[in-house]
Amino acid sequence: METPAINDLSICIATENGTGSASANNVLFKAIFKMGIPCSSKNMFPSNIQGLPTWYQVRACADGYMARKDAIDVMVMFNDATAAKDIHRVRDGGLILYDDSTPLSPNLKRDGVQYMGVPANNIVQKLIPASPLRGKQKNMLYVGALAFLFGIDMETIKEVLQDTFGKKPAVIESNLVCIESGFNHMKEKGYTQNIGRLAPIPNGNKGKIITEGNTACALGAIYGGATVISWYPITPSSSLAEALEYYMPRLRKNNGKTTYAIVQAEDEIAAAGMVVGAGWAGARAMTSTSGPGVSLMNETIGLAYFAEIPGVFFIIQRGGPSTGLPTRTQQADILLMYYASHGDTRHILLIPYDMKSCFDLARRSFDFAERFQTPVFVAMDLDLGMNLWSSEPLKLDKEPFDRGKLLTAEQLEQWEKQGKKFRRYFDADGDGIPYRTIPGNPHRHASYFTRGSGHDADARYSEDEKDYKETLDRLRKKFETARKHVPKPIIEMNDGVKTGVICFGSSYEPVREARDRLRASGLKTNHLLLRALPLTEESKEFLAAHDVVYLVEQNRDAQMASIFKEEWPELAAKIVSVLIYDGLPVTTLEVFRQITQHQASARKGAEKWQGKRLTASI
Amino acid sequence: MAGEKVNRVNLTEKDYEGAHSTMCRGCGHDAISASVMRAFFESSIDPRKVIKLSGIGCSSKTPAYFLSQSFGFNAVHGRMSAVATGANLANHSLVPIGVSGDGDTSAIGLGNFCHMMRRNVNITYIVENNGVYGLTKGQFSATADKGSVMKGGKINEIPAIDICELAIILGATYVARSFSGDRKQLAPLIQGALAHGGSAILDVVSPCVTFNNHEGSTKSLKYVKGHLDPIHDVDFIPHYENIEIDYEKGTDQQVELHDGSRIILHKLADDYDPTSRMQALQTIHAAVAEGKVLTGLIYYDRNRLGFAEEQDLCETPLAELGQDVLQPPAELLEQINAGFMK
Repeated sequence: METPAINDLSICIATENGTGSASANNVLFKAIFKMGIPCSSKNMFPSNIQGLPTWYQVRACADGYMARKDAIDVMVMFNDATAAKDIHRVRDGGLILYDDSTPLSPNLKRDGVQYMGVPANNIVQKLIPASPLRGKQKNMLYVGALAFLFGIDMETIKEVLQDTFGKKPAVIESNLVCIESGFNHMKEKGYTQNIGRLAPIPNGNKGKIITEGNTACALGAIYGGATVISWYPITPSSSLAEALEYYMPRLRKNNGKTTYAIVQAEDEIAAAGMVVGAGWAGARAMTSTSGPGVSLMNETIGLAYFAEIPGVFFIIQRGGPSTGLPTRTQQADILLMYYASHGDTRHILLIPYDMKSCFDLARRSFDFAERFQTPVFVAMDLDLGMNLWSSEPLKLDKEPFDRGKLLTAEQLEQWEKQGKKFRRYFDADGDGIPYRTIPGNPHRHASYFTRGSGHDADARYSEDEKDYKETLDRLRKKFETARKHVPKPIIEMNDGVKTGVICFGSSYEPVREARDRLRASGLKTNHLLLRALPLTEESKEFLAAHDVVYLVEQNRDAQMASIFKEEWPELAAKIVSVLIYDGLPVTTLEVFRQITQHQASARKGAEKWQGKRLTASI
Repeated sequence: MAGEKVNRVNLTEKDYEGAHSTMCRGCGHDAISASVMRAFFESSIDPRKVIKLSGIGCSSKTPAYFLSQSFGFNAVHGRMSAVATGANLANHSLVPIGVSGDGDTSAIGLGNFCHMMRRNVNITYIVENNGVYGLTKGQFSATADKGSVMKGGKINEIPAIDICELAIILGATYVARSFSGDRKQLAPLIQGALAHGGSAILDVVSPCVTFNNHEGSTKSLKYVKGHLDPIHDVDFIPHYENIEIDYEKGTDQQVELHDGSRIILHKLADDYDPTSRMQALQTIHAAVAEGKVLTGLIYYDRNRLGFAEEQDLCETPLAELGQDVLQPPAELLEQINAGFMK
C-alpha cells in the first residue's frame, strides 16, 4: 500500500465537449486553488461545439510546479468514446472513477488500478426534473466524489459556487445537490484510497490570481492605450478580443463616450488593413489572430514594415500547417512572424511566458511599435493564452507612453527655426529610425505621401536603385537599433556549469521543473528565458559560455534554433534542439527525457570517439 | 495674387494642386483629379484636414496628383477600404477621400469594399472605372461589359459587376455615377459626397485611352460619350451659403446633406426619386438593358449614421488622446486582480 502523498496529485477528466463539464471542472479547480494549494489546469479540447472528446487535467502541487504532468493519478472516465484509451492513461496504482449507472464493460478492466463507481446518470435522473439541463448536471457528481475521496471541504465548494453563480441561487442549489450526492455516495459506499490527499495550506495562494494569458494580454493592451482594435474570430485568439470587448466599456469611458473602437472585421486581411490605417493616422492599433490569420495578413504586414507604420499583432499560436489542430498548442509560427511578408523583412517579437509578462509585454508592445514605427508581434501560444494559470497579480508600472519620434506642429516649427527640415524617411539620428508626423498635423510642411512602393528619404515615389538600397539598409539598421532595446532574456547562471537550457513561452514551466529534476539526478544546468526577437548579445554570450545548450521549442523544425544559427553560425554546433510538437501542453517528463537521452548518447559518442582515435592513429 | 479667386479658407485653386501627373496623355483619370481639386476648392475644405487613400493601380496613383498639402496613403491592392476604415476610426475629424480602380475595387478588393459600405464608413470613394487593367497592360476587369472586346480581339463572356447596384444593395448611403469628362456634373457630385457623413460611392467611367479605347469596347471615349444618359443636372450649395434657390416644383428636387449642404437635382426626363432604393435599382437595370451609361445621384439615404458616429467616440480623435485618458487608474487593475483571486 502507498502512503498517500499530500498535495501532489494529478487528475485527468475525460468528458464529451458541450456536456457542461467545463463548469464542473472549473468548480473543482477553483476549490483546490481556494484551499491554498498551488495548482494548474490544462484544457485539451476539440475544434467542435458538441459531442467530441475533451480532457481536462488538474495538477495540485505543493512545490508549485505548474506544468502538465505525464503521470495521471486519477482518471475520471466519463466519456465512453475514449474509455478504452483512457484506462491506459492512468499510472499503475492509480484510480479510475467512472459512471457505474451501467456496468463496466469487461474490455475496460485493467490490472494494477483501482476502480470506483459513482452512478452519476442514475442519481441525476432522480434528483433533477426532466430538463435540458439535466445532462449537464451529471458532471457535478464527479466533483462531489473527488471532494470526498481527496478531502476537498464542502464549505470551500460552496464558496466557489457562490463566487461563480452568485446571482443565480437556483443554479447554485441544483449544482450543490449534485455535488453533495456524489460526495455522499462515496461516503456511504465506504470508498477509501491511498493515492493522495489534498490538505488546505493556510494563505497558500494568498495574493495569487488565476487567469488566462489572453485576458492578461487584453488588459495589458487597454493599459497600454490601445484605441483601434480590429479582429476576425479565430481560435485560439478570439478570447483576447472578447476580453477587450468585456473590459473596454468598463475601463475606458470618458464622460460617457468611448475612447476606443473595436471592429469585428470581415477577414484577417481587413483586420490588418484597419490596424495599418489606424496606425498611420496615429492611433495605437492592434489585432489578434493565430497562424492562418498571419498567413492572410502577410501582404499588409509587409506594407507596414516598408512604409514604417506602427501596429501590434497578438498571435496565439496553434497547431499548423493549414487548419492543423486549431485547439491545440504550438510554437510553430516563429519564422512566419519573424520574416512575415515577401521581400527582405524582419520583425520584432515580444514573447510572454506567464500571466504577468502577458500583461507587461502587451502594454509595452505599443511603445515598441511606435518607437520603431513597425509591426510588433506579441508571440503567444494556446497553452499560455487559453489555459488558466495561477500567477502573481498583474501590476501596472507607471511609465510614460513612448510615442517615439513623433513630431507635433509646434516641434516642427521649432525644427524649422533651427534650420532643420522634416524628411519622413531620413535617418536624422543615425539609428535608422526616421521622424514621423501624423495626419491632422496642421503644419504646412507636415504632410507626406505614404506608399508601399519604392520611395526616397522625402517619401517621394522612386525607382532609383540608390534610394531603394538606402531604404533597405536603413530598415536593417533600424532593426539593429531595436536589438538593443527589446526585453533582454532572463538568465540564471551557476559557477562551473557548462550545460545550458534555453526556452520561451509556455515551455518555461516544464523546463523549470525539468531542470530541478535534472539537478536532482546529477546534471546542473544554467538557464536563459528568451523574451524577444531579435536576439540580443546576452544570448550569444550564453551560447559561448556553455559546452552544450538545449533549446526547447514546440515545433518540428527547430525554428528558433534556426534564428540562433543564422545569427551566430560559429556557435551553432553547441545547440541541441529539444522539440516537442504533439500539440499538447509540454510535460516536464518529455523535456527531462530528451535531455537525459541526449546526455547518455553524447557520453556513448564520446567513448566511441575515444576508441576511434586510438585505432585510427597511424 | 491680384485677381486670383480665393475661397472661404483663403486658398486659391493652386493650393489644391498636387504633383505632376504620370498618367497617359488624355487619360480620364486626370480629368477626375481636376474635378476633385475643383470640388475641394469650391467647398472650401482645408487640405490639411483631408486624408487621401488609394489601393494599387493607375487610378490609385492619382491621389499624388491633387492636394499635395494633404497626407496621402497609397496602400496595398484592394485594401484601401479597410485601411480607410482604420484611419477614419483613428481620426474622425479628418475628411477622407479614396480613389480606386475597377480592378482594385470590384475584383481583388471586392470583399473589403462590400464590408466598408455595410458599415457605412464615412468616405468619398471614387472608382475610376475603365473596365481594364492598365498597369499590367490591358486585361479585362470585373466591370468590363459582357460582349465587350479586348484590344487583341478577345471577347468578354462574363457579366459585369455594376458598382452602383452593388453599393445600393450593400448599404452605401450616397451612390452616384458620372463620366470623367463631365466636370459640370462630377464636381458637384464630389462636393455632395464630401458633405455626406457616410459611404459615398462615385462610379466614374473614365476611358483608358491606351488599352480600352478601341472599337468594340463599351468603355471607350466614343462609346461612353454616345451612350451617356444623365437623369438630372446637379447643383451643389454648400451649408454656409444660406441662399434660397428658386427651384421649380415638379422639375427640381432638393436633397439635404449631412452637414446642411444641399444638392439640387434638375429633372431632365422622367421623375426620379434618389431616396427610393427600388426605383434606383430598377433604373440601373433599365439603363443596362438599353446599353446606356446612366449618370447622376442615383441613391441617397440621409438617415443612417456613419460608422465612426455609431461608435459613440469621444470628440477628441482617438489618435490624439493621451495617456491621462487612455490608461485606466491602477486601482481598477487592483479590483480586477481581486476578482481573479476568487
